[in-house]
Amino acid sequence: MDSQVNTIELVNKNLNKRYRAEKRFRAYGIISIGFGLLCLLFLFSNIIGNGLRGFFYHYIPLEVTLDADTLGITDVNDIDQILAANYRAVVNRSIYDLFQVDSRQEKSRARDIFAIDATGYVIQDLFKTDAATLINTTITINALVDDKVDYYLKRINNAEKFASEQFNEQQLAWIQQLTSEGRLTKKLNKAFFVSGDSAQSEQAGILSAVMGSFYLLLVTLALSFPIGIAAAIYLEEYAPKNNWTDIIEININNLAAVPSIIFGLLGLAIFLGFFGFPRSTPLVGGFVLALMTMPTIIISSRAAIKAVPPSIREAAYGIGASKMQVVTHHVLPLAMPGMLTGTIIGLAQALGESAPLLMIGMAAFIPDIPSGVTDSATALPMQIFQWFRNADAGFNEKASAAILVLIAFLITMNALAVWARRRLERRW
Amino acid sequence: MNVSTLFVLILVGVALTYMLGRSRSLSIASRIGGIKHLNSLPFYYGTQAALWCAIPCLLLLALWTALDDTIIRHILLQYLSPEQRNLAPQELALLLNTVENIAAGVTSLQPSPEVQAAAERVASLQKISQTLLTVILFSGLVLLGLWGRSKIKPEYRARNGVEKVFMVSLLVCSMIAIFTTVGIVFSVLFESIRFFHIVPLTDFLFGTHWSPQLAIRADQVGSSGAFGAIPLFTGTLLISAIAMLVAVPTGLMTAIYLSEYASSSVRAVVKPLLEILAGIPTVVYGFFAALTVAPMIKNALNGLELSFLGFSLGSLDVSGESALAAGLVMGVMIIPFVSSLSDDVINAVPQSLRDGSLGLGSTRSETVKKVILPAALPGIVGAILLAVSRAIGETMIVVMAVGTAARLTMNPLESVTTVTVQMTTLLIGDHEFDSAKTLAAFALGLVLFVITLGLNFFALRIVKKYREQYD
Repeated sequence: MDSQVNTIELVNKNLNKRYRAEKRFRAYGIISIGFGLLCLLFLFSNIIGNGLRGFFYHYIPLEVTLDADTLGITDVNDIDQILAANYRAVVNRSIYDLFQVDSRQEKSRARDIFAIDATGYVIQDLFKTDAATLINTTITINALVDDKVDYYLKRINNAEKFASEQFNEQQLAWIQQLTSEGRLTKKLNKAFFVSGDSAQSEQAGILSAVMGSFYLLLVTLALSFPIGIAAAIYLEEYAPKNNWTDIIEININNLAAVPSIIFGLLGLAIFLGFFGFPRSTPLVGGFVLALMTMPTIIISSRAAIKAVPPSIREAAYGIGASKMQVVTHHVLPLAMPGMLTGTIIGLAQALGESAPLLMIGMAAFIPDIPSGVTDSATALPMQIFQWFRNADAGFNEKASAAILVLIAFLITMNALAVWARRRLERRW
Repeated sequence: MNVSTLFVLILVGVALTYMLGRSRSLSIASRIGGIKHLNSLPFYYGTQAALWCAIPCLLLLALWTALDDTIIRHILLQYLSPEQRNLAPQELALLLNTVENIAAGVTSLQPSPEVQAAAERVASLQKISQTLLTVILFSGLVLLGLWGRSKIKPEYRARNGVEKVFMVSLLVCSMIAIFTTVGIVFSVLFESIRFFHIVPLTDFLFGTHWSPQLAIRADQVGSSGAFGAIPLFTGTLLISAIAMLVAVPTGLMTAIYLSEYASSSVRAVVKPLLEILAGIPTVVYGFFAALTVAPMIKNALNGLELSFLGFSLGSLDVSGESALAAGLVMGVMIIPFVSSLSDDVINAVPQSLRDGSLGLGSTRSETVKKVILPAALPGIVGAILLAVSRAIGETMIVVMAVGTAARLTMNPLESVTTVTVQMTTLLIGDHEFDSAKTLAAFALGLVLFVITLGLNFFALRIVKKYREQYD
């Protein structure tokens, strides 16, 4: 009797301690999850906050007199003259008029407020479509401010310190005056979506990178989807249980975990060095990314094939179908939704991948929009990296905006994969 | 005709042969009383004929395109004057390139008469080669098509042949994985061997000084061209260790909570949310680490006075490219990786073990600590090893957030450099394949490949063995 009482007492004595330990342990779990979610929240608020800012730009309405003499245009139908016309001069003159400056020094200060070249291109674009009616008239256009002014106005950290370093008092007074008169307006920067990279941050856009990524994914899809599916079919339906099959399986699993930069070395040495493919092209990038995404596609396709019940195969064999007919008429159509889901996820990975592309020279300054898989091109992650490396303050903002675009594409693709899984996949 | 037109031509020819073969088998069948008297379905006869046509023609096209440049170059060498042929290899290559560019009409250079003549010769050779290829392919298509058609007989077992080709092509596709591995091994191994001819293996593996700038002039300062990789290895280890310090406890506790405590509705929300962290591109993490986390750490810690029992130990000096920032961000990236892998292994522990432990009166946390974790330990170790290999091979975060100066230090507040960072810095820009600088990148790649391969192989084996234990 005595010893029993002692045991219960012992247990009861320890019970509170054990419950406390239980609570602590639970708290650790909640803290861990909280930490992960907090990181996610912080990351996203950071990305979205910075990125949205990059979509907008500051403009000042400017009255520009487009007189033919200053522009140097004698014939409005001559496209060469329109391309070579001196738009700088007319923009400069209206800037001097706006601030009423005439000394050399003041003029230079006034010019520094604006992005003259970018504004010139705006006029040039208007001229390209309708030079005849515009010439010798006065129009009001939205002139782009200089990227430093834009940076200051968006008041990213330490704006005042930045301003005192970059502008003198007269310039600051001008900016303040324009702001208080409500003439400095923030608008969506459309050029960002429809133009290629540029050396000037206010003119730089992501279209060239988006198209580059598009061609890259096209090549990746064309290679990795058929090959990946074929490999999965072989391994699930045909492969005998032997060492050879084991070697293939081990290889696929290991490739899935090889660092992506190693695939870049492979592309550099084999595709560029040995086969002599053209550098910086979506073709080579697509080859490398296809090799990288193939394990993902194979693994998910195998799971999809495994999910097709054996009774379907047996029924087909029973009515005299050959192995190939069983596979192509029955297994493949039933496993296709799962395979597509895996492929979309693999492509989403490929879209965000950067390290191998870095190795094969896709981190390049490509202002032209590529029109095929053998044109030099860059990709969205590479464009972000390029802009990140650029010391100009304006480009960092572009990088944040490009990140937002990249994330939007990724979310779309993943949502598509989830949708495909929910809607198309059949449960047996 | 150029390669792509020829390719289309072959495809058209193959399609025609398919239809020809199919209709031929149908006409034979109608003569002998319906297709049930054929050995195979008409589809198989058509496909068989088409395959007979397609495989040799495509092979010929591939071989021809691969070899014709080399052969033309060879003939051109014979054509050049002896003194041109005896030029230094680099100058000769330049000359040949010029000739080929002029032949292709892509240069506006005004060439000397003999170069012009050579270019014309090349152009005519290329023309001959293409005409020849076109003629051969065309006649080949016709002959093979007719031959394939003539082979169609009621007792001919077309189905067996087609099925065989189908299986072999599937096998070839699945062997791409092996080819890729072999390709990786060859591409890093050969260049590394060349590198180790210039820099001895022991100097590379055990040297403590890394400055890959080669001397352009002999008297140049600070251009020793030292390739001691120890600082890179310690840098990589330091950053990976920080990442694992963040990722392993968080990931593991997350997995435990989600699989043992959380209700299924919480699980359904939290799990995909955390998986988002794994789906964010590394370039975004790198941007975040370099522009947000690193300045935050610098602002928070820089100049902080350290004291121990009243003795001042000096103030902290935080680099703007600290290893801590890169490691922390990398750790956050790896959390979902660790948690989903450990989640799998924890779920694989049989429910009977849990029930037994709870039935004996232990609390849930005691069950986890004393029963589930020991049972799942091999699997968790495997998961951690996989995570380590991922941290070691991670590139963009470190390229963007840490520097390139190689320092031998274990201080997380200083800037270090890693194997992957050096690989990218050595390979971006110049592309002389035989300079020690670029070869060094391949040697680093070899080390990285061997280490990650070893870790993966080991980890996958542990996980597999563990799974079998409970199956």
